[in-house]
Amino acid sequence: MANEMMDTAMSETTVAASPADSLSIIQPNNGWQMIDFKELIQYRDLFFFLVWRDIKVLYAQTILGFSWAVLLPLIQIVLFSIIFGAIAKVNTDGIPYILFSSVAIIPWTYMSQSMTQASQSLIQGSSMLGKIYFPRLLYPVSPILSKLVDFGIAMGIIMCLMVYYRISPTWNLLFLPMFFILMMSIPLGIGLWLSSLAIRFRDVKHAMPFFIQMLMYSAPIVYSASSVPGIYRIVYSLNPIVGVIEGFRSCLLGTPIPWMYVCPGIFTALFLLVSGAFYFKRMERLIVDVI
Amino acid sequence: MNNKDLAIKVEHISKCYRIGFKEQMHDNLCGTLLNFMKSPFKNFRTHRSLYKFDDVNFDQSDDRSDILWALKDVSFDIQKGEVVGIIGLNGAGKSTLLKVLSKITVPTSGRIGIRGRVSSLLEVGTGFHPELTGRENVYLNGTILGMRKNEIDQKFDEIVDFSGVEKFLETPVKRYSSGMRVRLAFAVAAHLEPEILLVDEVLAVGDAQFQKKCIEKMQDVGRNGRTVLFVSHSMPAVTRLCPRVILLNGGRVEIDDVSHRVVSAYLQAGKATKGERIWPEPLEAPGDEVVRLSSVRVRTRDKLVTEAVDISGPVGLEIEYLVLQNGYEFKIYFHLINEEGIEVFTSLDNDQAWRKRIRPPGRYVSTAWIPGNLLSEGMHFVGAGIRTLNPELKRFSVNEIVGMQVVDSMDGQGARVDFTGDFPGIIRPLLKWETQVTPMEPSSVVGSVTTDKGMKS
Repeated sequence: MANEMMDTAMSETTVAASPADSLSIIQPNNGWQMIDFKELIQYRDLFFFLVWRDIKVLYAQTILGFSWAVLLPLIQIVLFSIIFGAIAKVNTDGIPYILFSSVAIIPWTYMSQSMTQASQSLIQGSSMLGKIYFPRLLYPVSPILSKLVDFGIAMGIIMCLMVYYRISPTWNLLFLPMFFILMMSIPLGIGLWLSSLAIRFRDVKHAMPFFIQMLMYSAPIVYSASSVPGIYRIVYSLNPIVGVIEGFRSCLLGTPIPWMYVCPGIFTALFLLVSGAFYFKRMERLIVDVI
Repeated sequence: MNNKDLAIKVEHISKCYRIGFKEQMHDNLCGTLLNFMKSPFKNFRTHRSLYKFDDVNFDQSDDRSDILWALKDVSFDIQKGEVVGIIGLNGAGKSTLLKVLSKITVPTSGRIGIRGRVSSLLEVGTGFHPELTGRENVYLNGTILGMRKNEIDQKFDEIVDFSGVEKFLETPVKRYSSGMRVRLAFAVAAHLEPEILLVDEVLAVGDAQFQKKCIEKMQDVGRNGRTVLFVSHSMPAVTRLCPRVILLNGGRVEIDDVSHRVVSAYLQAGKATKGERIWPEPLEAPGDEVVRLSSVRVRTRDKLVTEAVDISGPVGLEIEYLVLQNGYEFKIYFHLINEEGIEVFTSLDNDQAWRKRIRPPGRYVSTAWIPGNLLSEGMHFVGAGIRTLNPELKRFSVNEIVGMQVVDSMDGQGARVDFTGDFPGIIRPLLKWETQVTPMEPSSVVGSVTTDKGMKS
């Protein structure tokens, strides 16, 4: 008897905690739809655990653990500094090459990794997709957040280099949060597009390495944006990655902020993000049927 | 859906899939090359057609070979607190229905209204990650199933107790035995408290004890006034748990009624093991030149051939056979095997009128009556055979030739009385019980106990 009363009391509390009497409608909805932010908020706990799982699992059973987050970009920085800095002698507008490349490589590593992971997220989660419902959007969004841990650790390299080269922070640093958000929105926008495409066409997986490589050479990572001929500049700056890389450089190294690269980039990134969200939402209902 | 007492209202739900694409073959190089060039476009169209159904006519009953209607025009209402079973053959649309209700897949047409929080258990341990510890997986799996973090915090100790893996909470799940993993996963699932629970029979895999736990938990959930939809192939479980059952067939609702009626209709439809088996051609029937089997069937008291028999009524096992040669004494026998493969009994023809008596050629029908309140619930398979005495020889023997489902209608008259839980035992006789009481004042009982103690000390 007492147990029963406890039970009812318990269930009542959970009822109160969740929208119990809410009426939900399931029906085929063809056409374009907004993202259901209310639903996403309901699933925030799950979102947290998915991100946290990605972080926990990434370096499970490795010897170096999170040192990998430093090691990988570090190797790349050293390699690029030797090839492009010392041998090819790329023009860096007077900045030491190692510093020049590291402020670019670290955001780039974040973007390329989170983009790749987001694009594969639905395929990797396919076993779960058919068994349980939660907003499909959580699949591509969680790697965007979990990869920030690596990014944060790798930022340590830049700080060390800045101390070593005695570069004092300037007011430009105030713009860093903006570039940080821009940096996250690019892989998110592309990830939304590619993940929903990848679920239908597995070609995405095969094209991904090439796509990433192309993006890398199209952005001023090993070279400086100023070496691009003026007439191509508008087309060039439509690549949002150009804006992020040049923005990071000017924020951290104190060079003037190159708005001519940044503004078109913000526009493209925003376009990718919004269109990606709509496209993802449109494809969401088909995911399980075509997996 | 304005009615507040409704938990689920399903209106004309259909779901179609496209199946099977024909591969074109070319037998010359030119054709193959052309095909190779065209294939990206063709592949694109093929992929597209998986979810674009522009060419399908929804209004008419379209019998196209490449379209599979997993659900077609399904409608039903479920009241709050109802426990409803869903049965049907493989491919009848049961799992698709659950997937549509749990929002995993979207219906092609129709509308569903759901009031309350839904949890679906199509699998235990969805999202378990082998690298994470037991504790971490409880949280991950719990939130995936729709619990909030603070809810899991509250129930965490209960969940761990239930699973019995306290010692390994900080061990990665990949080091668990498969049994431990299932126990932990089920413990999480068992502590869900949704208003509406959708359960697939996948839950009922595992050892007998695990199944028992599942069934008990389901009953608890049902008793607490929550709405449950339960997909199953196990007729005893369905009749025991669900007062109401929906039978799906070919994606449509065939019957939606009180459980025992639906279950017996399902079994009688001849789709499960049949209650009758006839050999129309004597030469193809089991037997030899002396005696041939002609048919075996299960009959109720009213002489109806059936697959579903009431636990309280007598059941007749009937065998029809042709005696072809004169001069033999026969021993006819039946044996009964339950759904776990255990031999329940063997019964030998003991009709005194035919004892030690030669049966002349002719068509014979022998019936063995099993009294009511003897068999246990569930599927039983009947085998039969005939031996001759002189010479001592087995003429034929057939195993599991017909089946019958013993169903408890739960009227309180049977051996179950009012108990609804798991009821073990290969037979379920209605024994005679007697209770005697000697009246006594409550105080004198206490008093006698204390005096006893006093005597001892």
